[in-house]
Amino acid sequence: MRNFAQLIKTLDSTNKTTVKVQALTDYFLKADDADKVWTIAILSHRRPPRPVNTTLLRTWASELANIPLWLFEESYHIVGDLAETIALVIPAADQSSDKSLTDFLQEMIALKKKTDEEKRAYLYENWSVLNYYERFVFTKLITGGFRIGVSQKLMTRALAKATQIDEDILAYKLMGNWDPNKITFQQLVLEENESDYLSKPYPFYLAYAIEGEVSDLGDIQEWSAEHKWDGIRSQVILRNNELFVWSRGEELVTDKYPEFEKFIGVIPNGTVIDGEILPFPKGVIGTFNDLQTRIGRKNVTAALLKKVPVILKAYDILEWEGKDIRQLLFIERRQYLEKLFKNVTEQSKSKVTEQNQNVIPLHLSKTMHFTSWDELALERDRSREMHSEGLMLKRKDSPYLVGRKKGDWWKWKVDPLTIDAVLTYAMRGHGRRSNLFTDYTFALWKDNEEGEKELVTFAKAYSGLTDAEFRKLDAWIKKNTLERFGPVRSVTPHHVFEIAFEGIALSKRHKSGIATRFPRMLRWRKDKNIHEANTLDDLKNLIP
Amino acid sequence: MKSPLLQFTSNGIYCETAKVYLDPWKPVDHAIISHGHADHSRYGHKKYITHHRNVPIIQHRLGEINVIGKEWGETFIINNVKFSLHPAGHIIGSSQIRVENKGEVWVFTGDYKTENDGISTPYEPIKCNTFITECTFGLPAFKWTPQAEVLENINNWWAENRAECKTSILFGYSLGKAQRLLKYLDTDIGEIYTHGAIENMTQVLRPLVDFPKTTLITRDTKKEQLLGNIVLAPPSAHGSTWIRKMVPYVTASASGWMTFRGARRRRAIDKGFVLSDHCDWPGLLESIEATGAEKIICTHGYTDIFSKYLREQGYDARTEATQYGEEETEAALASKSTASV
Repeated sequence: MRNFAQLIKTLDSTNKTTVKVQALTDYFLKADDADKVWTIAILSHRRPPRPVNTTLLRTWASELANIPLWLFEESYHIVGDLAETIALVIPAADQSSDKSLTDFLQEMIALKKKTDEEKRAYLYENWSVLNYYERFVFTKLITGGFRIGVSQKLMTRALAKATQIDEDILAYKLMGNWDPNKITFQQLVLEENESDYLSKPYPFYLAYAIEGEVSDLGDIQEWSAEHKWDGIRSQVILRNNELFVWSRGEELVTDKYPEFEKFIGVIPNGTVIDGEILPFPKGVIGTFNDLQTRIGRKNVTAALLKKVPVILKAYDILEWEGKDIRQLLFIERRQYLEKLFKNVTEQSKSKVTEQNQNVIPLHLSKTMHFTSWDELALERDRSREMHSEGLMLKRKDSPYLVGRKKGDWWKWKVDPLTIDAVLTYAMRGHGRRSNLFTDYTFALWKDNEEGEKELVTFAKAYSGLTDAEFRKLDAWIKKNTLERFGPVRSVTPHHVFEIAFEGIALSKRHKSGIATRFPRMLRWRKDKNIHEANTLDDLKNLIP
Repeated sequence: MKSPLLQFTSNGIYCETAKVYLDPWKPVDHAIISHGHADHSRYGHKKYITHHRNVPIIQHRLGEINVIGKEWGETFIINNVKFSLHPAGHIIGSSQIRVENKGEVWVFTGDYKTENDGISTPYEPIKCNTFITECTFGLPAFKWTPQAEVLENINNWWAENRAECKTSILFGYSLGKAQRLLKYLDTDIGEIYTHGAIENMTQVLRPLVDFPKTTLITRDTKKEQLLGNIVLAPPSAHGSTWIRKMVPYVTASASGWMTFRGARRRRAIDKGFVLSDHCDWPGLLESIEATGAEKIICTHGYTDIFSKYLREQGYDARTEATQYGEEETEAALASKSTASV
C-alpha cells in the first residue's frame, strides 16, 4: 500500500506528463505482479464493486470525526471529493501499512458480504491508524475512481516502457472484460492467449476537430467524406456465433441493445464493425435525446424497444474472416464493409415476413466524394436535415490507427446553435474545481399567465470559461447569493452568457420543455444586461 | 433600547459611544486598525490607531497618514470607552482589539492564529462577553500540522530541487507569509532571492525581526544565478513572464488552501505546503472557549456553517457581513497585481 500510495501522491502532485509516465514506469518495474494487475485495473476504471455504500461511509466518518452529519456534508460540498473529505476530517494518525495493495483490495472484496457492524469495525480500524495520504488512498479504493489526470493511454505508455511490449498491442490486451482478482500479470500482459480474444474489441481510432481552414487538408481527392452521426460510437463483434457490443468507453453494452441479436447468423463470424448506434424511431434517425431513453437502462422493455429502436450505422470494418484488417487502407476496408452490407441486405430482404419485424438493423454510413472544398461545405450545411452533427473526413489511403492521432481522420462539425441566457443557480465543482462555484444553471425569459416576464431554467453548463473568469464569477456568486438549497445557490439574475449547444429537441423531462445537447458557455456577455437575454420562444424557434 | 457596544454598519464595525470604527472599509474620521493587510487597513481615514509594530507596515502601504502606535495591553480611552490592543499572532503587529464600556467587554480578532510562528507576537486569549471572530478556515477539514514539520518539508523540497539543479519558486503573500517562510529557510542550502513586492515589505520589517539575507531579482539577474536557489514570490506572480524566464524551475505554494488537492491542481502548482496564518478548526474552537464569551459573531470565512455549528454547541452565535477576507480568497490570488513591484 505504501508504494501505491506514494505512486498516487506523485501522480497527483505533478502536472507534467513525463513525470507521471516515469513514476508509473518505475512503479511497474518494482511492484509485485498482483499489485501491478490491480493498479492497471484501478487506472482503467475496473475497480471492484463498492463494498460500503456512501451513506454509511458518510455516517461513520462523521461519527469517528465527532462532528454532526450535516457538517460533514457541508465540508464534502466544499472539498468536492468524498474520500478526501473523510481523510481530512478524521483525527490525524501517522501509520503506514505494510499490507500490499492486493491485500487491501481482497479485504474490500470480502467486506462486501459482511455485516454493517463488521464493515464499520474494518473502516474504523484503518481510518484511525493510517497516515493522511494512505487513509485517503484507502478510502478512494472504497469509493472508487481515481481522477488524477492519468488516462488509460498514459498508463499503457508507462506499462509499455516497463515491459518493452509495443504500446498498441498492450492497449489491445488491456481492453475488454477481465477480472483483476482472477487474472495474473503473466496472463494479462505477458502471455499470448488466443481464446481470451473472443470478446475483445480493438482500440478505437478517434478523430480530431478541424482547426483553421478545411482546405488546409490539401487535395480533396485524397479524402472521403461521411456525415458525422450523433449516437454511441461502438464496435460490434461477431465471433464463434456470439455477439459483443462495445461502447467507446470500453463498456460491454450487448444486453442494452437486443436488436443486434439479429446479426447472429447473418453477419459471418470473425467480423468486427466500427459504427454508431443511432436511435431510429418511426423509421428515421432520431435525436440524441431519444437515445438517452435507452442509455443506462439495463432492462429494455418491449414498449421502449418499439418506441425507440436502434440501428447500427456502420462506417468501418476492422476484422474480416477472422483477420485483423486494420492495416488495410480505408478504401480497401470500405470495400469489405460494402460487400458485407450487400450480403446482409439481401438476406434481410429474404427474411422480411410480417411488418418488417425482421429487418436487420444495419445501415451503411455512405461515403461521399467531392471535387471541391466548397462543395463539401455545402454538404456540411445540410447536416441538420440529415440528422448528423457535421462531416467526417477520412484519408482514403489511411490504415485504422489506435487512439487519438492527428492526420487521417478529422471531424468538421456544424457550428453550434447559440442563445443568450441568464445565470440563475450555481453549484461548487469537483476535483480541481473544488471549493469553486463552476457548475451553473441558465434561464431564458418566458411570459407567465399574468403576462409578466419570468426566468425559466433550461440548461446546465460547466465548461467554456477560462480559469480567471471562473474565479471572478465564483467571487461574485459568493457575494450575490439569494438562497441556499444544500450545495446549490440561487444568485441574483445579473450575468448573461452565450450558451452553445449541439442539438435541440422537445423534452418532457425538462421544465422548459426543451432539451439541449452538450450545452456550454461560449462567451460571457458582459455587454448585455439580463433583459437583453433571449426568450424561451427564441429557443423553440431553433428546433428544426 | 440601548444600542450595542459595537455595531455593523455600511462603513465598518462602529462604536457609537466612542465614535470610532474598527477596520472600516470606507473612509472615516477615526479608525483602530487590527493589522496591515489591505482588507483591514484601507486608505482615506483621517486618524489611525494601531500597534506600533504595524505602524511602519501601514505607512509603507498607505503613505503619509496620521497614525498613532500603541503597546500591547496599553489602555486608551476615547469618550469614556476603554480600548486596548492584544496580540493576534496573525502577522507581525497584528492585534485583537478589546473594547470595554460599563463592564461590558467585546473583542474583535481581525485575523488570528493560535500557533506561535516565532515572528508575530503570539496570540493570547482575552476574556470577553462578545467575541467577533474570523473563520476563514472554519471547517473540520482544516487541521494544521505543526509549523516546524512543514518548514522542514519546505527546506527538504528546496534541497531536492537544488540537487536537480532547478530553481525553487515558493509563493506566499508579500506581507506575513513571505516573512514567516523567509525566517526559517535554511541558508545552508542556498541563497534566497525575492520578488520586488516581498523585498520591499521585508526591508520595512528588518528593523523588527532578524531575517536571513535576501537578494532582489532585477533586470540584471541572470537565471543561471538562480539555479539551486530559492525565489520568494507573491501568488500573483504565478504564470507571469517574470517567472517563465526562470526555467528550469519548480513551484510551490504555502497556504492553508493547499489542504485541498483541487486547489493546488487548479493553480497548476507543483507542490502545496499547508501553512496558514489563520486558525484551523481546533484553533478556532479552543480560542472561542478560552474567551469565555457567551456571544460569538462570525465575520468572514465559512461563517454560516461555522456559526450554525457554534449554535449547536450552545453558543449564541451569528454572522455579520463584512468586507474582510478579500486578501485570502481565490479571487484575490488572481487579481492582486504585481503593481507594487
